Amino acid sequence: MKKIEAIIKPFKLDEVKDALNKIGVNGMTINEVKGFGRQRGHKEIYRGAEYQVDFVPKVQIDVVVDSALADQVVEAISKSANTGKIGDGKIFVFPVSEAVRIRTGETGESAI
Amino acid sequence: MKRFIFSILFVLISVAGAWAEDKAPTVLSNKEAIALVQTHADYVWTLIAAALVFFMQAGFAMVESGFTRAKNAINIMMKNLMDFSMGSIAFWAVGFGLMFGVSKTGWFGTSGFFLSDFSPGGDPWVLAFWMFQVVFAATAATIVSGAMAERTKFSGYLIYSVFISALIYPIFGSWAWGSLYNGGGWLENLGFIDFAGSTVVHSVGGWAALAGAIVLGPRIGKYTKDGKIKPILGHNMPLAALGVFILWLGWFGFNPGSTTAANKDIAMIFVNTNLAAAAGCVLAMFTSWVKFGKPEVGMSLNGALAGLVAITSPCATVTPASAIAIGAIAGVIVVLAVLFFDKIRIDDPVGAISVHGVCGAWGTFSAGIFNIGGTSLKIIGVQALGIATCFLWVFPTAYLLFKVIDVTIGLRVSPEEELEGLDFAEHGGNAYPDFEISHSSGGMGSVAPGLAKEAVVGKMVSKPVEQT
Repeated sequence: MKKIEAIIKPFKLDEVKDALNKIGVNGMTINEVKGFGRQRGHKEIYRGAEYQVDFVPKVQIDVVVDSALADQVVEAISKSANTGKIGDGKIFVFPVSEAVRIRTGETGESAI
Repeated sequence: MKRFIFSILFVLISVAGAWAEDKAPTVLSNKEAIALVQTHADYVWTLIAAALVFFMQAGFAMVESGFTRAKNAINIMMKNLMDFSMGSIAFWAVGFGLMFGVSKTGWFGTSGFFLSDFSPGGDPWVLAFWMFQVVFAATAATIVSGAMAERTKFSGYLIYSVFISALIYPIFGSWAWGSLYNGGGWLENLGFIDFAGSTVVHSVGGWAALAGAIVLGPRIGKYTKDGKIKPILGHNMPLAALGVFILWLGWFGFNPGSTTAANKDIAMIFVNTNLAAAAGCVLAMFTSWVKFGKPEVGMSLNGALAGLVAITSPCATVTPASAIAIGAIAGVIVVLAVLFFDKIRIDDPVGAISVHGVCGAWGTFSAGIFNIGGTSLKIIGVQALGIATCFLWVFPTAYLLFKVIDVTIGLRVSPEEELEGLDFAEHGGNAYPDFEISHSSGGMGSVAPGLAKEAVVGKMVSKPVEQT
């Protein structure tokens, strides 16, 4: 099992969700996060005083799938979250050692 | 012929019937009746205007809350509730008498305390007049709340509320407006023009706000040691904008209502009020656009208020075209003033000093320049005298008041309380409990409230809760 963690631009969430549903991924968890990479932030102004906003709002999507599906998931997210502009985000893949369905107690791949 | 006789008989009988109930109307009784209708209209207009001005308290509350942080929202609400409530009682007990009581010296009144001018069954005009005046006093008092936001001890603010409504505001008010009732003031006797109170209300509030902001000091983190200004963002711009719209609406009671009479004068006052607000808003927006590169909402909102404050003094004695000029200049002045006070490190979270103090002075001055009957050095001089004496009375007394509060019970909260937020520190509360991820009392935080309640009680949640 693999966990795919993707950090994307917030307005891309619906597109990414639909792309994942299309390849058979039915469950995911999202988080509202802030961050920056090489994009850094931008300057804003409030009542005449300038200030630097370093952390830009993003959405983090966590998906746990069979290892066989991982590459398809990465590709689906990559394509649907891409705008070509700076700040599109990143995807990380982690191995998952165990999974449990709380309602039934199932473990392993049948829990995903 | 028969029909003619019958119609004459009919008229005689109905007139006789009328005579049987009423005395016949005479010219004198008609005159009195017409005067009574006018009096009733005066009451109605004055009290409707008083209700509009009361609603400005909501406007101030929304502006102050929108421009400050969420962790202090409850504290802002409490301060606004209390400066009106405690101020009302203080003005009833002491303030009204000082402002409008019989004034032998022309410096303060000495009658009418505890609304003693009214006795049940007597002429209720004093009640309508008092109602109109108390909401004006409350307006001056609540201006200060914004400049002192986010770091003032609540108990200290309560004490201030009593003293401004009981002493500081009414004494200056008696100099300019005392003759509106039983009193008379030295300043108005010189011909001072302040129809609805650019100086009497707004500058009084503005200079008291300046004193408070100075005694308090800036919020933690606002100014850095190397001279930089770090913005502390307001938490709800729509709320701030709603507040300005409410204030704009309330001003239609503030200015035209100051006729305390239902007559045609209110039309031009209405128009002047609106045009000045609009011009102030537009010019402030353009000024911010030029200075910062983008039209800024906070400055534009302040601009509308600046126009309203400025026109408050001349609203009955200038042309609509002049009102536009007065408001426009106020819109530019307010932007520059906000930047100025930040530069000299006086922290004013909502711009109250710039809007009410500075633009109140400009408005009062403009009443002399744009006076519809023509201007003169004497007219302008009296305006300047009023502006100066207001500052010389209000700033030192308010400064003294805040200093005394500071050395006795303390005016400012501790740094820990300020960082945690006054909502919890002063009031044990949380303005937005559902917006937290973890909720110590066992709630579900950011889950939809309906879902949270069901889960905590242990019921099966069978249907999905509608949630955006």
